[in-house]
Amino acid sequence: MLTGIRRIVRAGFVGFWRNAYVSLASIFVITVALFVIGSTMFIDQLLTTSLRTLQEKVDINVYFVPSASQDEIDSIRSAVTALPDVANVTYTSREEALEKYRQRNQNDEIAMQALAELDDNPLGANLAVSAKETSQYENIARFLEEKRELASQKSPIIDEINYARNKESIDTLTKIIGAVEQASLVTMLVLIVAAIMITFNTIRLAIYTAREEISIMRLVGASNMFIRGPFMLQGIMYGVVSGVLSLLIFYPIMVWLGPLTESFFEFNLFTYFVTNFSYIFGVLIGIGVVLGLISSILAVARYLRV
Amino acid sequence: MIYFDNVSKLYNDGRSAALQEITFQVAPKEFVSIVGHSGAGKTTLLKMIIAEDRPSHGQVFFESLDIHKIPRTKLPHYRRKIGTVFQDFKLLTNKTAYENIAFAMEANGRTDEEIHENVPQALALVDLDDKAWNFPHELSGGEKQRVAIARAIVNQPDIIVADEPTGNLDPIATYEVVQILRKINDLGTTVIMTTHNKGVIDELGRRVITMDEGRIVRDDESGKYVL
Repeated sequence: MLTGIRRIVRAGFVGFWRNAYVSLASIFVITVALFVIGSTMFIDQLLTTSLRTLQEKVDINVYFVPSASQDEIDSIRSAVTALPDVANVTYTSREEALEKYRQRNQNDEIAMQALAELDDNPLGANLAVSAKETSQYENIARFLEEKRELASQKSPIIDEINYARNKESIDTLTKIIGAVEQASLVTMLVLIVAAIMITFNTIRLAIYTAREEISIMRLVGASNMFIRGPFMLQGIMYGVVSGVLSLLIFYPIMVWLGPLTESFFEFNLFTYFVTNFSYIFGVLIGIGVVLGLISSILAVARYLRV
Repeated sequence: MIYFDNVSKLYNDGRSAALQEITFQVAPKEFVSIVGHSGAGKTTLLKMIIAEDRPSHGQVFFESLDIHKIPRTKLPHYRRKIGTVFQDFKLLTNKTAYENIAFAMEANGRTDEEIHENVPQALALVDLDDKAWNFPHELSGGEKQRVAIARAIVNQPDIIVADEPTGNLDPIATYEVVQILRKINDLGTTVIMTTHNKGVIDELGRRVITMDEGRIVRDDESGKYVL
């Protein structure tokens, strides 16, 4: 048993070296396949992260009337914060709102003059509400509208909820996010299927050159496992070497893309590559090994029949 | 030892037959030559013995074992009892002569000690001690066939099946190969060989089965090449 395994391992290594050209072709194809798979992984990561940053920028603003009491404002604020769909609520008091307005318009003489004319702070406090998912804004807006109607029966507290104005852009964004995620999923699937088929075909051709050899092995009474073993090992070796190669190709590309993605998507791909290296390493080599192994098993099976 | 019971092999169209109602047996330690024109069914007959082909009708027995009832996973074990030699040698081109012979032993699960001991013996028997580390493309036709014979006998099979072993060889190489087969037979191994070569048959003076159009037309105990 042990001798058998040792012989299979040795035959696998010898086969790998003596058929160097065939091995090289297989490794090249698996490397390309892994590069495609890795690229889709990175693109997907890039899209997801940048969409998340975009989503974080979307919010609903609730403007209170200047005369609203602090108690009323606080009760609405805590009610909104308690909603399960709400990710974050930022409160801006009247004074802070005025300060921001001043800063924003400090070069605008007329606005500053107009402000100086007034005795009181004309601005109300406001809440910026962000949801966990863009689709949840609808519910939050409805909740706020109810609050507003309830309150306005006595004396109005809420001046304006800008959801209706934002609704259109929020809807568009929700659609874009959905479409991009679906498109990237489909592209990924198509590319991965193509990569697997090309790899399988290459290895099948590589083993086709060994079909005579396989028939001879059968004639001298070699068991199927004894014949298949070295080819399986070679498939695994192709996978490992290709995995390492594709990582070596990715590294300089990541170094180059890192700063570019940083400035455009606010997401540094290189940092992601480095911090998640063991995960990426495992995924690429794992896929490579599985690809090589399954291709080998299927290709040899053809010649073991009869 | 080998027993063909009314064996026929029909091709897919159901009319032309490679073998028709073949019945004969081979006793242990016999040396049987099968002769006949191309297409007479000689090779098909040998393929039945090594379970490369199955009959349409009839049965083939190895001792009491019905060859074509052996499950596929057990076939390698059965084939280890048979040494095969072919016209085109069928050596592994990326292995040396020594490795080719050693491979048959490895496939058999023999230990390294046995391999170190038996491979040189087999090479010595076919008089190729000095070419052990040559690859097949560095050997002449006769030398390749002697490597193939060494590979066939190294596991001490019960029977050697040789399909036109001298078909690609010049007269001197042919003579050497036949002498080796005769020596193996003298040492107690059954040999079944097909051939076209009249000289070989007449030289051997052993049992000859003559085939024509898939049938056995003559079976002579100490035969001549008659066609």
